[in-house]
Amino acid sequence: MAHGPAEGITRWLYTTNHKDIGTLYLWFSFAMFLTGGFFAMVIRAELFQPGVQLVQPEFFIQMTTMHGLVMVFGAIMPAFVGLANWMIPMMIGAPDMALPRMNNLSFWILPFAFAILISTLFMEGGGPNFGWTFYAPLSTTYAPDSVNYFIFAVHIMGASSIMGSINIIATVMNMRAPGMTYMKMPLFVWTWLITAFLLVAVMPVLAGAVTMMLMDINFGTSFFNAAGGGDPVLFQHVFWFFGHPEVYIIILPAFGVVSQIIPTFSRKPLFGYSSMVYATAAIAFLSFVVWAHHMFTVGMPIAGELYFMYATMLIAVPTGVKVFNWITTMYRGAITYETPMLFCIAFVILFTFGGFTGLMLSVAAADIQYHDTYFVVAHFHYVMVAGAVFSGTAAVYYWLPKWCGRMYDETMGKLQFWLAFIAFNITFMPQHFLGLAGMPRRYADYGLQFADWNMVSSVGAFLYGGAQILFLYNVVRTIMHGEPVKEAKVWEGAEGLEWLVPTPAPYHTFTKPPVVISGAAGEDEWSISGATPHVAFKASPEAG
Amino acid sequence: MSKAIGNKSLLLKLSLLAVLMFSFAIFVMPPLYNLFCDILGIGGKTGGAYTAVDVEIDKNRSVEVQFVAMNNATMPWEFYPKQSSVWVHPGESKKVTFYAHNRTANDMVGQAIPSLIPFSASNYFHKTECFCFNSQPLSSGEEADLELVFIVDPDLPESLNTLTLSYTLFDITHDINENLAVLN
Repeated sequence: MAHGPAEGITRWLYTTNHKDIGTLYLWFSFAMFLTGGFFAMVIRAELFQPGVQLVQPEFFIQMTTMHGLVMVFGAIMPAFVGLANWMIPMMIGAPDMALPRMNNLSFWILPFAFAILISTLFMEGGGPNFGWTFYAPLSTTYAPDSVNYFIFAVHIMGASSIMGSINIIATVMNMRAPGMTYMKMPLFVWTWLITAFLLVAVMPVLAGAVTMMLMDINFGTSFFNAAGGGDPVLFQHVFWFFGHPEVYIIILPAFGVVSQIIPTFSRKPLFGYSSMVYATAAIAFLSFVVWAHHMFTVGMPIAGELYFMYATMLIAVPTGVKVFNWITTMYRGAITYETPMLFCIAFVILFTFGGFTGLMLSVAAADIQYHDTYFVVAHFHYVMVAGAVFSGTAAVYYWLPKWCGRMYDETMGKLQFWLAFIAFNITFMPQHFLGLAGMPRRYADYGLQFADWNMVSSVGAFLYGGAQILFLYNVVRTIMHGEPVKEAKVWEGAEGLEWLVPTPAPYHTFTKPPVVISGAAGEDEWSISGATPHVAFKASPEAG
Repeated sequence: MSKAIGNKSLLLKLSLLAVLMFSFAIFVMPPLYNLFCDILGIGGKTGGAYTAVDVEIDKNRSVEVQFVAMNNATMPWEFYPKQSSVWVHPGESKKVTFYAHNRTANDMVGQAIPSLIPFSASNYFHKTECFCFNSQPLSSGEEADLELVFIVDPDLPESLNTLTLSYTLFDITHDINENLAVLN
């Protein structure tokens, strides 16, 4: 029985449908992506030439702070929650998320959080001006009055993330179709399950950090105030105990996306499925025990520096397992280079670059030179932008035909890819040089010796911004009047339950659970029965 | 039906985990941090008041203790050690004085926070009396000699011959905290 969505605005306000909520998350995150991108454009425009031209230093530092906060909490995280909402139920054969009402709540508090956060820019004294890491006492004793709004915004974002994660865990653990065992789940589901546990464990720690700030500022406690017996270094420990798992929260779902797309366009099953699962779990575990590598300059004892250095280097092992698995998946595959695949190949290359600079930074002795320079900025943009954003873009191109039943313009997609790929490298490659030459981050002005590479970097940034407008245009054009797609399996090499439902995906899918009869990790024969007619297909290429 | 129950129980368990992690951040991490600093002697914290015990003074060895005084942020007082360094024998009790002068037209309260480097010496530096155990109220124009009595532990590692004790003076006129003695 066809049972469509409600009409009008209330469809979106009251919806408990995982596809609607996924769409809301994705559009919201794209709006935040453009907002944070606009802040980045202000930063790069000011840094185009040495000297203070466009904005005052007081406003510049608010821009770097807001850029970081909006991109991390507003763009990247909600984008992957949106993908999880859309895809996880369809991938595991569930009719919807486990807790649909909470799903609605967890989305709809987000716009309020960011309205509060962004409104601080218009307040007297300005918005947060202490960097996205908001170290005390800069964010307590010396903060503008708007810091309280910032704190409440972070509380709301945290609540939203925690609810979203609980929902994902409950869905994956409880709503899988009969026969969909854990080790048959698509890797995107696996990486999200692990990410969700990380989120439930560390978002409350972030909430605790900002709550302690709130009490220091307003209620006379001295958690981070040395005058009252507290310690500013404690803040850094609490923050990075959250902050380091947070970077894996951002990148693990991206790993999942890449692990779905590369096998599709290589027309081979994912190489080393179970090692991928264990590597993800290992990365998640290690992320809890390496946080102080962000603080090598606070004056840790040498034993502490050595421990955090070696533990950090250890993360390269499971990460290397993943990179080699992706490469091996592509090896001797019948590869075609559609837009999602291009973004994923670029992901593997550029993320590995970012991983290597991460290894350089993990060397405690060398880090004292690199600390708080543009080298760090370049490093984390290689993993955040070429990592998370590229894979998010790939995911949108990959699943968009399934969502709306229309094919995007391949030429425009490829154009966007090459523009983004080249512009990204023009923007961030020179920042390595600037950082090694000693340019510190978060300043509105710089010495003349940094002028040339900064101008190059700014030009790249404007081009990269332009690529995103092209992305928006391509997506909107596809939804409005793209070429209709009828096949359930949009990509001939694609595997998994989401490609067995009709295209475009109906409002309700798997209202009767399918039965997964056999098939391990996308291999062998899958057979499902349920809402859709009984379907069976060979997932792996025909045995020779 | 069983799925609905399963979802509810997962919701409860995971919410409990979130609440526990929140409490961990606020109630466990700060004391744990102080405990670690205390045990390992890191962070430059020198510990609270020390009760002198009978130890033999090691006349064969001399250690230089240097003093540094700083004002935090906009703290306007004049504040400096009356002697920039002293030589002591380990085990010997030594008294030094710091000078403080409230040059402003307002009555103020200051609080000095000590830090010792190298960190590896902090468990071997004992203060039997210190102005930093209490806040220092000085009325407008008032000046004071602030006393510190300390003992360098005879167990101080052989490799350490120079210790530097720095005091940072904070303005706490508006938020006096009387429970500091134990921490400084």
